[in-house]
Amino acid sequence: MTRAVRRILFLVAGATLAWTFFLAYSPMPPLGSVQSRYGDAVNAITVPERHITDAVTAVNFDIRGFDTLGEEFILFTSVLGTVLLMRRQKDEPAGDHEDKAPGRVIPRVSDAIRVTSLALVPVTILFGLYIVTHGQVSPGGGFQGGVILASAPVLVYLCAEYKEFRSLLPLRLVAVAECIGAAAYILVGGLGLVLGGIFLQNVLPLGQNGSITGGGIVALIDLGVGMEVGGGLSLALLVYLEELVEEKEE
Amino acid sequence: MLPVLPVALPLLTAAVLAALSKVISERLSQLIAIASTLTVLAANLYLLKLSSSQPIVYWFGNWRPRHGLALGISFVIDPIGAGLGAFAALLTVAAFLFSSEYFDSVGNHFHALMLAFLGSLCGFSLTGDLFNLFVFFELMSAAGFALCGYKTDDPGSVQGALNFAVTNTIAAYFVLTGIGLIYSRTSALNLAQIGRSLPSGPLDALVLVGFVFLVCGYLVKAAIVPFHFWLADAHAVAPTPVCVMFSGVMVSMGLFALARIYWSAFDPSLHSHVPALRVLFVGAGVITAFVGAFMCYIQRNLKRLLAFSTISHIGLMLIGIGLFSPEGLAGTAIYSIGHGLVKGSLFFVAGILLHRFKGIDEQDLHGKAAGQWATGIVLLLGSIGLAGIPFSGLATGHDMIAAAGHEAGMNWLSWVFVFAGAVTSAAVLRTGGHIFLGWGSAKEQNQAPKHEEKPETKAGHGRTPATMFLPAAGLAVAGLSLGALPYIQQTTFAAADRFENSHAYIARVLDAAPFPTLRNESASPDEWPMGLLTAFAGLAIAAADLATSGKRTISAILAAPIDLLHRLHSGHIGDYVTFLVLGMGSFALVFVYCLR
Amino acid sequence: MNYLPYAVAAWLFLIGLYGVVSSRHLIHLIICVGVIQSSSYVLLLSIGYKTGRVAPIFSDIPASTPAVDPVMQALMLTDIVVEVTVMALLLGLAVQIHKRHGTLNPDRLTGISG
Repeated sequence: MTRAVRRILFLVAGATLAWTFFLAYSPMPPLGSVQSRYGDAVNAITVPERHITDAVTAVNFDIRGFDTLGEEFILFTSVLGTVLLMRRQKDEPAGDHEDKAPGRVIPRVSDAIRVTSLALVPVTILFGLYIVTHGQVSPGGGFQGGVILASAPVLVYLCAEYKEFRSLLPLRLVAVAECIGAAAYILVGGLGLVLGGIFLQNVLPLGQNGSITGGGIVALIDLGVGMEVGGGLSLALLVYLEELVEEKEE
Repeated sequence: MLPVLPVALPLLTAAVLAALSKVISERLSQLIAIASTLTVLAANLYLLKLSSSQPIVYWFGNWRPRHGLALGISFVIDPIGAGLGAFAALLTVAAFLFSSEYFDSVGNHFHALMLAFLGSLCGFSLTGDLFNLFVFFELMSAAGFALCGYKTDDPGSVQGALNFAVTNTIAAYFVLTGIGLIYSRTSALNLAQIGRSLPSGPLDALVLVGFVFLVCGYLVKAAIVPFHFWLADAHAVAPTPVCVMFSGVMVSMGLFALARIYWSAFDPSLHSHVPALRVLFVGAGVITAFVGAFMCYIQRNLKRLLAFSTISHIGLMLIGIGLFSPEGLAGTAIYSIGHGLVKGSLFFVAGILLHRFKGIDEQDLHGKAAGQWATGIVLLLGSIGLAGIPFSGLATGHDMIAAAGHEAGMNWLSWVFVFAGAVTSAAVLRTGGHIFLGWGSAKEQNQAPKHEEKPETKAGHGRTPATMFLPAAGLAVAGLSLGALPYIQQTTFAAADRFENSHAYIARVLDAAPFPTLRNESASPDEWPMGLLTAFAGLAIAAADLATSGKRTISAILAAPIDLLHRLHSGHIGDYVTFLVLGMGSFALVFVYCLR
Repeated sequence: MNYLPYAVAAWLFLIGLYGVVSSRHLIHLIICVGVIQSSSYVLLLSIGYKTGRVAPIFSDIPASTPAVDPVMQALMLTDIVVEVTVMALLLGLAVQIHKRHGTLNPDRLTGISG
């Protein structure tokens, strides 16, 4: 199809879809007035029954914890797929990529960036760990904290030479950490199976209201997911960087 | 513990294999993967037996419904779901066996990805929650994209994988929008809860569009016209074991989603509209069957040819589900397993040809495989299996769906099956004649554009290893004899009847009420003549083609439509998405205006 | 204002689809898929919103305060992180296409057709 034909056909298709959206959204209640029995029921039970003050984490890791297991594995599979897709084929010479366009001089990384990034790395890691462990108390949890943790290597990359960066963050360690995090979720579920009879049953003692020990298994799952997400995103980052820069064989 | 095993075990094994990938050898990794898959197969078969009288309901985290409101996620295990999961495990074992010779430098990530794929297939077929279904759909897609683009050194491979990925991701967002629409009306994500909360009586556009988005998003996965374009591209370029999984069970899962969503959540409210729904879905199935059969015949790349024949047969399966009766659903269940077995064996034959002769183009391989008697016989068995020869799974399915069609007043359905079966099997037979017997001329008039396919294996091109031949032969024999299993029609009919009993399903999930006994009686006559007729028609068409090559008056008459069909399947992602949107919008508007 | 989020969701979906269909660069195409993703999130979050209610975090308010729907937010949270990695997968495919075909223009990709 030529571009023009495709565009015209899409205008027709888009018009039908737009009309469909109009018909579908017209009977919706106005913003803010959608009735939600499910949400209200969840809000009513998270604190008394699970001592979790963040209802979103309670839904994610306890009430609908099995969904999150699936989501975690989607992340795991996508990262695995990315690693697989970016692997070096036999017909590609190693080490012929450079982190610059030909004929250009790389400007030296400014000292301001170096100092700021270096200073921010421990802060970021600490903040990431805080978010991971306080998912039950305040907004946070394994997914968000894991993403913050995965941004720490980016800061290191900004302020260090690539070789130093690679030596600080070995690929194998990150990959293994990711796999352990993924397996941990299933093992915690298995713990629920063994101790309570049902997969993902909350069998650990529920701590105090609003503390990081609240929620029983949610604390463990948070740690596992944080490791998995942090490891997974770092691995994806590393794989992409390898694509672009010179490297030695491991 | 058993309900969780089919999902938790493959996923755990995948994580472990990925962690240990540089430490253990490929053989050990393959053994672990096969062991895990066999356990899943056994678990699913046992679940099938356990759930044969009552669906098993399993609430994760022990979050049972309170005051009739479902809070947690449930697995609702019934024979059809468990059966599909078992079948997925069987195909995975065959794929693992076949890939022993494959993939010289893969590391163990292939096994991890296949296990994740298997886990998602099992979860998809066992779950009773709408968002959980979506999550497993996404997992299936992610693993599928990675497996499809596996051969990164092949230019067509990554393009096919991208087409697959973009199309299915857009379909996933349609599904998510549909979930949102349904949630806004029912405030529920559990299928049984949705069934209870949807109002009966005239439905408004919100629920109808939500239903269409949900169902059509999953029908993209099932490759129904006009959502089918990605399938041929993906199959043509994916590694052979992956093609077997895609064609054998992944596309059937799209149809399973339609059945599951309709019968668990929407039947109480849409029941009065079943005649209109019948027309719509059977119509879509018939169109898909025809388009798939035509496109299949004009291909010269064997894998692409088989991919289009999958599209044709999935159209036939949609006809079975679209009749909205237990007979039709049971027929589709048997048909899908029979088709998966036969298609799997044909893909394995294609993989053997690729391994031995480093190519898969019908013209390039002309006469090269003369003397490969065993493989040729497997191809022959596979192709007459596609035609639905008596005793094959496809024949039993055909009989039951045709009987359901009679009950619904559509007596002509059997001829659609005959046509699609004859044309698709003729295409395979014609290819077999070219490759194995050297019949027909080597210089055909140009049909489809040629695709280069690089070999997938490394060494030993002189002989066909047993690990490649045995899965091919085994699946073909199983597919051809499926219909002869004792009581298969009655037990599947009973399972389908229970599957379609929405009120009992909802009561079982939400109130733990026991299931009543069978409502309907199975009454399907044997249609021996139709199966034989289809097989003979297929042989006749193939023979005529091989004998008159070079003087193809028919192809001259049909040149213009054939050319149009080729140009429509352009490989351009923009075209595919345009047709997807067109199909989605049209389905939705037809639904809203015909069913209000 | 009452229906603005739904209109925004519909608009994002349509414009994202238009971007995918008319794109001349694969990276642009994949980002447009991300725009479609945002559309579904806007829809789901606006379904969860309730006027006059607070966020479902009870660490400093009494546990019985009426709050918005946490289920929708929970769904979206995990989905966003997951779609990031799916995007990474798609972009990896785009990188490989560039390596093998030398172009990122969908109009010039002729590896498979028919």
